[in-house]
Amino acid sequence: MNNELIYIILAIAIGVLLIIMAIIAILNEKLSIAVIAAGVVSLFASILFLLMSAPDVAMTEAAIGSGLSTLIFFYVLNKIKKYND
Amino acid sequence: MENLDLGKVSLIIGFALIIIGFWGLLSQKNIIKIIVSFTILETGVNILIVSLGYLKGRTAPIIDASVEQGADHNVLNSIVDPVPQALVLTAIVIGFGVTALLLAYAMKLFRAKRTLEINQFNDLKW
Amino acid sequence: MIKNFLIALVLASFVFMFYNLYITYEPKTELSGIAAHYAENGGKEVGAANLVTAVVVAYRGFDTLGEVTILFLTASIIGFFLKLSKKDEERVIVHHGTSELLVTASQILIPIIFLFGAYVFMNGHLTPGGGFQGGAIIASGVVLMIMANPNHEINHHAILWIESVSGISFIIVGLLGIALAGGFLDMRIFGLGEFGDLFSAGAIPIIYSFIGLKVGAEISNILNKYQKSQKES
Repeated sequence: MNNELIYIILAIAIGVLLIIMAIIAILNEKLSIAVIAAGVVSLFASILFLLMSAPDVAMTEAAIGSGLSTLIFFYVLNKIKKYND
Repeated sequence: MENLDLGKVSLIIGFALIIIGFWGLLSQKNIIKIIVSFTILETGVNILIVSLGYLKGRTAPIIDASVEQGADHNVLNSIVDPVPQALVLTAIVIGFGVTALLLAYAMKLFRAKRTLEINQFNDLKW
Repeated sequence: MIKNFLIALVLASFVFMFYNLYITYEPKTELSGIAAHYAENGGKEVGAANLVTAVVVAYRGFDTLGEVTILFLTASIIGFFLKLSKKDEERVIVHHGTSELLVTASQILIPIIFLFGAYVFMNGHLTPGGGFQGGAIIASGVVLMIMANPNHEINHHAILWIESVSGISFIIVGLLGIALAGGFLDMRIFGLGEFGDLFSAGAIPIIYSFIGLKVGAEISNILNKYQKSQKES
């Protein structure tokens, strides 16, 4: 049962990191840091899906949640920054 | 501590992310922050659904050499539940679509009033 | 002040609900109900090694049709919202010049990314992967193409044609299922073939390829619209 214990400890570590990153994403003032923190939340969630034996879901979450979603946020932030300069 | 297993830990993580997402959705004033909270909420719900289908000590639902069909191992006893994973696959893609739509609305709103505070948009208030 | 109190009240009620759900939760120990049926008979009836693919395309194909419809609707609404006026179409995006590293690397990486995306959605029934993952990977390749040269016009008509033809072919394969096999989107119109081959599991590779192309084209379209919206004043 040593294998299971390693998975549980890994899951708890990832969970703590997830919650800290989510709180940073909401409380921080700068928008670019909030968006990057949301991308990191998606990335760690993808690792958690892999620990739960779901490789299809992990692939989809990594590609769409952590890659394309963050990209679209940065397009919008660029437009806002161009006006504020 | 003995009955702590991966399903329960992921359940707690899912619940925590949902609560953090809701808190951000209700208390933030910047529209982009509201959309970020929405994506965190979406991720929390997906983690919750996948963790409901986890069975202890089993492997991924792909029939390959380690989960032989017929023969020694029975497929029924060695895989996790494939149905929640299929549902979450759909949910992730639709969540991305909704986020893209929300950001298009945010761009149009910014173009109309040059501000991103949600308190400034009170045209429909009576 | 009263707003903070109300927010705290809502969150406390959520915590109370979740706590009650958590302490009465008993993890399952056996597959039961419909999952047991899919696990036992999935290999024989559908012939796909990846059971999640079998559920998404074969057993619950109608839900996948609904998801493809929602993505199509989203892409159309975004295309409608982010439309540029004629005067803005002719402007050129002013940028400081993309770095040579990005341009050179993109020339090598983009064909490999497209090939990998096509591999993922064609082998969706044998290894983890499938149409949606492959479509997202192809869209990442298109984004790299856009970023290497921001003023390069992606051929809009080519993307529209790919998307429409894939969508219609998906529906035609589904209707063939009514004519030749059990029902709408039944994959037994082609033979089940040898378990583990590339051309096995009936029409699942064909259906998933069309879904992969359609999703890839739609996400590329959405990203292209976002890129072009940088041009407006």
